[in-house]
Amino acid sequence: MLHVNIHKQLAHYEMAIQFKMGAEILVLVGPSGSGKTTILNSIAGLVHPDSGLIVSNTHTFFDTDQKPLPARERQIGYLFQDYALFPHMTVEKNIWYGVKKKNRKDSQKMIVELLQVLGIEHLLHKYPHQVSGGEKQRVGLARALAARPSVLLLDEPLSALDRETRKQCQDELLRLHEMWKIPFIIVTHDLDEAERLGDRIIYLEQGQITDEQRKRQLISTY
Amino acid sequence: MLEMDYSPLILSLKVAAISTFFVFVVGVMIAYYVAKRDFFGKSILEALFLLPLVLPPTVVGFGLLVLFGKNGWIGSWLLEWFDFQIVFTWIGAVIASIVVSFPLMYQSAAAAFESLDERLSNAARTMGASEWRVFYTIVFPLAWPGLLAGLVLSFARGLGEFGATLMLAGYIPGKTDTIPMAIYFAVESGQMEKATFWVMIIITFGFSLILWVNWWSKRNIRRFTRT
Repeated sequence: MLHVNIHKQLAHYEMAIQFKMGAEILVLVGPSGSGKTTILNSIAGLVHPDSGLIVSNTHTFFDTDQKPLPARERQIGYLFQDYALFPHMTVEKNIWYGVKKKNRKDSQKMIVELLQVLGIEHLLHKYPHQVSGGEKQRVGLARALAARPSVLLLDEPLSALDRETRKQCQDELLRLHEMWKIPFIIVTHDLDEAERLGDRIIYLEQGQITDEQRKRQLISTY
Repeated sequence: MLEMDYSPLILSLKVAAISTFFVFVVGVMIAYYVAKRDFFGKSILEALFLLPLVLPPTVVGFGLLVLFGKNGWIGSWLLEWFDFQIVFTWIGAVIASIVVSFPLMYQSAAAAFESLDERLSNAARTMGASEWRVFYTIVFPLAWPGLLAGLVLSFARGLGEFGATLMLAGYIPGKTDTIPMAIYFAVESGQMEKATFWVMIIITFGFSLILWVNWWSKRNIRRFTRT
C-alpha cells in the first residue's frame, strides 16, 4: 500500500496531489511540466514536498513535521528517463550495485531469473555504451528490481524506443508486474501506452489531478 | 665533465609530491563540497580559492611570511610551542607549492564534479548507497579524468614554483635549493652550464608529462563520457 499526498510550490504553479494505491500499475499522464517527474522524485526522496505525507506500507517516507527518510533507506526501484546506467561499470556490475552484501546469496537465483525473463544474460560483460536502447531499458529495469524494491517508479520508460521494441517492452513490464506484485508507477505522455499498461490512469495538469480512470471503467466505455 | 649535485632534483620531486598529495586531498574534498551546494558567499569563496593564480608570486610569498614568519601569526605560535621554524626550511617550500598549486587542483576538480550527471548519483542513492559509497563508486571514478588533469597540473606547478618559495624558504644549498632555485642562482653566479643542465631536465620532464596526460586521456576518455 502506498499513500501519497504532496503539496509543493513549483516555479509556475502549486502542486497538490493525493492518491492511494496497492500492488497495481498506476500511470501518470500529462503534458511536460505538469509535475509527473516531481511526484516520482518526491516518492524516491530526491526532492521533498513542502508539506504532505508519503507512506509505503508501514514506512513513513515523508511527513510534514518529521525529517524525511533518506532516499537510500526507502527501498525504491527507480527507472530514470534515459536509464542513468553507470557508464564505467559493466551491465553485471550495474545490476548488482543495489544488492546488499548480506543478500548476495539469496539474490543470485532471483537475478538469474530476472535476466532470463528480460533476455539480457548475454550482455553481462558489456558496458552500457555497447548495448542498444531497448537493451539499456531492460538493464535499467533489472537493476531497479535486483535491489528488491517495495515500489517501482518508471519515468517515461519506453519513450526512447522504436515502435516494435516498445511493444515488446510493454508486454515485459506487464509480465514483470505480475511476477513482482508491488506498486508500479509509470509516467508517460503517450495515451495509448497509458491505456495498455495502466490498471489505473491519473491525468495531471499544472500539478493537479484533472481526471482518473480505472481499467474496468476503461473497458466498459469501449 | 661537469660534477653534478643531484640534490635539487630529489628535493624538487619531494616538495612537489608532498604538496600535490595535500592539494589533491584537500582540493577534491573542498571542490566536491562547494560544487554541490549553493550558499551565500559562494562566489566570493571561489574567488578567494583562485586568487593565488593571478597574484604575483611575491605577493603570495609576502602573505606566507606574514603567516609563517618568526613573528607571523602561525610562525610565532609554532616557534613558541614546538620550537619549530618554517622559514628557510624545505617545509616552507612545500607550503609555498601548496598555496600556488591549489587553485589549479580546485578548478579542475570543481569543473569535473559540476559536469557529472546528478542522476547517476541519484540512481545510486535510490539503490541504497550511502553518500560515501556514491562518492567512491560513482563520483570519483567518473570525475577521474578531470581530477587527474588537476593532479598533473598541480604537480607540474609545484615543481616549477619559484617566487613564493624564494620568499618563504630562501636559497640554502642542500636544504631549500629546488631546481628553479638552482637555475636562478647558477645564472647569477655565472655557471651557465649548470643552469642549462637543470633547464633541460625540467623542460624534458614537463614535456613528457603533458604528452603522457594527453595520450592517457585520449585513450580513456571514451569510457567515461559515453553512456
